[in-house]
Amino acid sequence: MENKENKNSKKAPVVLFVAKEKEPLFSKQNRKLLSDPLDDDNPITVQVLGICSALAITVQLEPAVVMAMAVMAVVTFSNLIVSLLRNLIPNRIRIIVQLVIVAALVILVDQVLKAFAYDVSKQLSVFVGLIITNCIVMGRLEAFALGNGPWKSVLDGIGNSVGYAVILIIVAFFRELLGSGKLFGIEVLGHKGVTMAESTRLYALGYENNGLMLLSPMALILVGIIIWAQRARNRKLIEN
Amino acid sequence: MNRDSNAYTFIFAIVMVLIVASALAFTAVSLKPMQDDNIRKEKMQNILFTIGLDSVEVNGAKEPLTRDLAQENYSKYVKEQISLKADGTVDASVDAFKLDLTSEIKKPVDEQRFPLFIAEKDGAKFYIIPLRGAGLWDAIWGYISLDDDLNTIKGVVFDHKGETPGLGAEITQTWFQQRFHDKAINDEDGNFVGITVMKGGSQGNDNAVDAISGATITSRGVENMIKERLDHYLAYFKKEKSEMALNN
Amino acid sequence: MQEYFSLFVKSIFIDNMIFAYFLGMCSYLAVSKSVKTAVGLGAAVIFVLFVTVPANYMLDKYLLRPGALSWLSEEYASIDLSFLSFIMFIAVVASMVQLVEMIVEKFAPALYGALGIFLPLIAVNCAILGGSLFMQQKDFPNVGMAATYGLGSGIGWFLAILAIAAIREKITYSNVPGPLKGLGITFIITGLMAIGFMSFMGISLD
Repeated sequence: MENKENKNSKKAPVVLFVAKEKEPLFSKQNRKLLSDPLDDDNPITVQVLGICSALAITVQLEPAVVMAMAVMAVVTFSNLIVSLLRNLIPNRIRIIVQLVIVAALVILVDQVLKAFAYDVSKQLSVFVGLIITNCIVMGRLEAFALGNGPWKSVLDGIGNSVGYAVILIIVAFFRELLGSGKLFGIEVLGHKGVTMAESTRLYALGYENNGLMLLSPMALILVGIIIWAQRARNRKLIEN
Repeated sequence: MNRDSNAYTFIFAIVMVLIVASALAFTAVSLKPMQDDNIRKEKMQNILFTIGLDSVEVNGAKEPLTRDLAQENYSKYVKEQISLKADGTVDASVDAFKLDLTSEIKKPVDEQRFPLFIAEKDGAKFYIIPLRGAGLWDAIWGYISLDDDLNTIKGVVFDHKGETPGLGAEITQTWFQQRFHDKAINDEDGNFVGITVMKGGSQGNDNAVDAISGATITSRGVENMIKERLDHYLAYFKKEKSEMALNN
Repeated sequence: MQEYFSLFVKSIFIDNMIFAYFLGMCSYLAVSKSVKTAVGLGAAVIFVLFVTVPANYMLDKYLLRPGALSWLSEEYASIDLSFLSFIMFIAVVASMVQLVEMIVEKFAPALYGALGIFLPLIAVNCAILGGSLFMQQKDFPNVGMAATYGLGSGIGWFLAILAIAAIREKITYSNVPGPLKGLGITFIITGLMAIGFMSFMGISLD
């Protein structure tokens, strides 16, 4: 058993090398790595990864976008590093190794931001812990980076974080719009004054914000509805 | 070498820990001065915000008060920084600017030192008090500046670590902080009551502001924070007031 | 005694890991198809939280927080290692999970067979790291309180996954619209349950 594994791992680089020569940088297969996570293999709605953070930070669009970018950086780089080390990591302690790499990466980013981009780091501070525990990072390391080359792993990281970002932004769009009548903090539905006379546009007609949208259970329900819409359109995803 | 052998596993773990630990320690130590600098400048910026200074003149043009500009202008406005004991007397041995409320607040009241900043702008005098308390999820903090009647609020700044975006996190917004302007911390009889953060209906009430709807616990945290912190300065205020009365 | 009890009840119902903080959702959704597997994972989560929260508490108290090293020598009192807390906590969690896996495999093969596949999953469960981070934030006075908090949070998570698994078993007999089957309806039901659990938030236990 052990011998067999060793043989495989010794052979693997050779096979990859050959494949690399034949394969253009954006072959059909590589493009699929980028496009699949957007719909057929979406990390949130299909793979069920990274739900916790999707709920915590989707009250407004801005933190959702910041979080999506932070996750993209961490997933891509940790995928790259683990993929480069994949033939060196001892199997028995691989989970600890992966977690240490991810956590170290996140702390590094946090420390650098605190020193050079203080305002961004202030926005991000709450979410730093959430990035480490984001199952997308670990999930992609386990499922993809451990068994594939660096370039493919980078593409997989980008694809999955974009798929994650799409859902996050859709949920945050509806929660901010319906919950507080704003988008990116700008009042798009008019201004709600203390009295009717001070209100403008929609609010002057008697429109009220839906306070329920601001509560986190609504994020769960919105994701449920997104899944419904997605599967109604893409019928092969339906579970039996 | 066999990737699943004990020796390899140990060596790998040790090498990895050494690399990761030294990389982290190196960045943490080398970036620490810059991080502390940012925190110090932000403190100055916040103190200047509470006295209504959100822009300064640079070469004849108005520039928004950035952290760097705050550092340059800090000593122009802030005239005195003193640390008080619980009985209202001044403890000259402690640098008020370096006092860290996070650790100070955990000590027994007698051992705590209370920082107070006195600033002057356009001839008016401001008393600025740092605040710290608990919100819904984590710490909230800020600064409050009082007029020289030691009663009227001239400005507040709040910040937080992890309040809910869109709800509790709104305490950092200007529209919420503006509600505190010209409110009073004493009632009509001159007794200290603090500021009540209530659900609507604060109009005409000098000791209350409207809460953020949906953020009851954070709003209550702000109320408690102001009440608890200012309470420690009352002894000093009383002395200051009687001195002012004498001078007049 | 009273503060232990109120912390215990609070961490189960009011600060429920799933319904109040939405931590550990990934495995909660993935492993709640049947009551039997849900019980297995839930029990493992209780155990790991009960062990790692007090372990990380000791680590935080004697190693990480500013001034924590003063028990070694007064010279070290100014050292602040708190920037390492994420990585230390996650390392403790991951190694504890692996340790538990080995011990169970050696001494209780039957239990290992039942739990087996769920044990490694726990290391990446946000609820576990979340438990340690909340512990650090709540600043408990002693290790007993930390252990109580860990146990309570674990039981809260267990109850949540048990409830959703039972509902999902029943719902297979209902007429759910096709695209909503499975994951979709689970999200919506969890949302409704969380709205129900929000009513606990008003209770104050001191």
